[in-house]
Amino acid sequence: MNDLSTKASLASRIQVVRSASGIEAWLIEDYTVPLIAMEVAMLGGSSQDPETKPGTATFLASLLDEGAGPYESSDFHDRLDDFAIELGFSASRDQISGQLRTLARHREEAFDMFRLALNEARLDAEPIERVRAQLIASVRNEANDPDAMANRAWFATAFAGHPYGRPSKGTLETLPTITRDDLVAYRSKVFARETLKIAVVGAIDAATLAVELERVFGALPAKATLTPVPVATPQAVGTRKLIDFDIPQSSIRFGAAGLLQSDPDFVTASVLNHILGGGVFSSRLFREVREKRGLAYSVSSQLAPFDHGPLHMGGTSTKNERAAESLSIIEAEITSLAQDGPNDEELDIAKKYLIGSYPLRFDTSTKLAGQLTHMQVENLGRDYMDRRNGLIDAVTREDAARVAKRLYGDGKLFVTVVGRPIGM
Amino acid sequence: MTAEPHSLKGPDIAHVTLKNGLEIVVIPDHRTPVVTHMVWYRNGSADDPMGKSGIAHFLEHLMFKGTDKHPQGEFSDVVTALGGQENAFTSYDYTAYFQRVSREHLKTMMEFEADRMTGLVLSDEVVDPERDVVIEERRMRTDTDPSAQLGESLASTLFTHHPYGKPIIGFMHEIEGLNREDALAYYRRFYTPENAILVVAGDVTQAEVVQLAEETYGRLPSRGQKPERQRPQEPDARSARRVVLEDPKVEQPSLQLAWIVPSYKTADKGVAEALEVLVQILSAHGTGRLHRKLVMDQKIAVAAGAWYQSTAVDRSRLMVYALPHPEGTLEALEVAVEQVIADLVAKGVEDKELRRAKTRLIADTIYAQDSQSSLARMYGSALATGSSLKDVVEWPEAIEAVTAEAVQAAAKQWLNRRHVVTGYLIKDEAA
Repeated sequence: MNDLSTKASLASRIQVVRSASGIEAWLIEDYTVPLIAMEVAMLGGSSQDPETKPGTATFLASLLDEGAGPYESSDFHDRLDDFAIELGFSASRDQISGQLRTLARHREEAFDMFRLALNEARLDAEPIERVRAQLIASVRNEANDPDAMANRAWFATAFAGHPYGRPSKGTLETLPTITRDDLVAYRSKVFARETLKIAVVGAIDAATLAVELERVFGALPAKATLTPVPVATPQAVGTRKLIDFDIPQSSIRFGAAGLLQSDPDFVTASVLNHILGGGVFSSRLFREVREKRGLAYSVSSQLAPFDHGPLHMGGTSTKNERAAESLSIIEAEITSLAQDGPNDEELDIAKKYLIGSYPLRFDTSTKLAGQLTHMQVENLGRDYMDRRNGLIDAVTREDAARVAKRLYGDGKLFVTVVGRPIGM
Repeated sequence: MTAEPHSLKGPDIAHVTLKNGLEIVVIPDHRTPVVTHMVWYRNGSADDPMGKSGIAHFLEHLMFKGTDKHPQGEFSDVVTALGGQENAFTSYDYTAYFQRVSREHLKTMMEFEADRMTGLVLSDEVVDPERDVVIEERRMRTDTDPSAQLGESLASTLFTHHPYGKPIIGFMHEIEGLNREDALAYYRRFYTPENAILVVAGDVTQAEVVQLAEETYGRLPSRGQKPERQRPQEPDARSARRVVLEDPKVEQPSLQLAWIVPSYKTADKGVAEALEVLVQILSAHGTGRLHRKLVMDQKIAVAAGAWYQSTAVDRSRLMVYALPHPEGTLEALEVAVEQVIADLVAKGVEDKELRRAKTRLIADTIYAQDSQSSLARMYGSALATGSSLKDVVEWPEAIEAVTAEAVQAAAKQWLNRRHVVTGYLIKDEAA
């Protein structure tokens, strides 16, 4: 069973490619389909937004493909379409990412468009105002979405006064105040070779990639000037925040402190999370909340290993009349896992699942490139793909019980609820 | 290593039918030792009996409740322990179940899936809580979201008679009445080998798949004939209609326009392809006419686009949507959208637009080859809605053959303002 994990060394397929000036990328060469996928990450993200201007990183990421170098916005998009190039940027809390996908025969044009977007985005007045209006519309769109409301309230309270507490997409108040100067300042602060990680998968050889790397990334400044982000632990744990909203269902978000990806116990924590609410049809929360009692369609938990304030989190949506019951079942499951750890059978099934399903996480070139970038950002080493299943396999019941206590502690959570829950 | 010559056709697909009527499609993908195993049934929400809306979707949930041979939870536990992933989905025209596992576990998946094709056991103890799950699903997707509610009204106004006008998940008052007998009656009618399509994509050969299928699905008796879809057909529209949803929760208004249009299955040769190109020209990211004219030139919208449900058994839908700029009104935006379409109908499309749309659509077929599950879905949905394998394989050529005149003619015939259904989502200021 699970011979997937041992059949072929994935790590041995990763080539480290260096350009003339030392820009490094991880490459998996594969010619099965005539395409190339690239994923790029730089540290920063929305946690580098100016304090009074949340939304800056997202705004900039949305503008990079709206005109660059000699091409105004519409010419830039025409050119992407003429060559069927897919190119985009996004900002998470801790990083700015860029994605590129191209047919192999349009490689040169595609890398060149990526180079322009990364280094020479024009940030013209027309696209700035157009994208600003789009971002405002998107914030309006989510203004009364119950899940989004519960999530915003969770972060605003748990990380009050910390960059993670600010809405990463900005607000109706901050988006109108972000100027071109703010965007340029953000770019010069964050875009740098120092924190750059690159992964490429597909129909390209190492020598060709080395030349492209120099061309695309060679002009970036060497150093970033990131504002230090303080380490934070979530506040208000042990309390609930209720937001009254006239809908038939309560949207619930819960969470507390978690572990960093670099923590030696992180792998064990990921096994525990799978047992609690990570598995789609087999987790404790699925069985107790959904299957046995029909309280919710969606109930799940996640680890969110943010760089400066890692979390364990989860959520569900359940009718107002039974929201209190759902939440008490969730709390009881977390407490029980913290006190007793998992039993042998559920630990065994979780380990088998996590080991066997690992290759399904990177079954497309795009996903594989994303995985390779993530491994570099987290400093996991090229051999991680070969080591990872062994780490899961080595988790014992004793480890799991110890880490469950560490991760879930006394089982206390900070909870936000949006709706009209009865008896809460 | 050298780059292979670029291929539009993709992998070499095999298509076989077992004696009991089960169709099999095999899509080779040898990059990783993984398979995607899917069973598609040619029935979806549009085949729900009158008054039982939601039964196709409810049964999809209940298919995870076990059989005589394998009680509730066993199949999912086995998939999990094998490191596999699984799920299911229901659409208007089909219901499908899938697992993704390491290649050597294919037969195990086939045994379980064949077993639940005819062996489902349901008791009120499992049916009742699952109905509550579906009710919560409906509340989550629709009853807490004004925009989803407008979508339901728009569909039921567009399709006044055909069941495409009913929500896949069902109406709340009808879901509440669905019971074990309804589910089993529906199950017995549609879950048969003749009505199923097995799609296997991955690190396997045709011979292997057929042999394993013979040993599993092949043992199920044929029912003699395929179940028939009994659907009332939509009469030709004679009027334009308007739907308005006002809700205090709406902060961002929106506009939708909807038309009934042919699907690949119902269209005359080349018409669905022309509509596909038309939608690309209207709404391609960053270059589409709706974006260029409404968002960039006139600054009357902050976003605008279109989509076309091309894969369907009966006549289907094409929708245009737009979000107004804060300084604009929905009424002005509606006029502007109609002008974009009128202009296309009057003057046709430019050669460079046509070229760009085709390049993009054909490139998508190459990008799809990178994803085993996308390929499996592409073939499964086409076959389940009455297209042939040949149609899918030759699709790039059919797109290549679309002319500017065909796009203009399709727009003229189908995007007719006399038959349009217009939807407004607006804030209820009085509440």
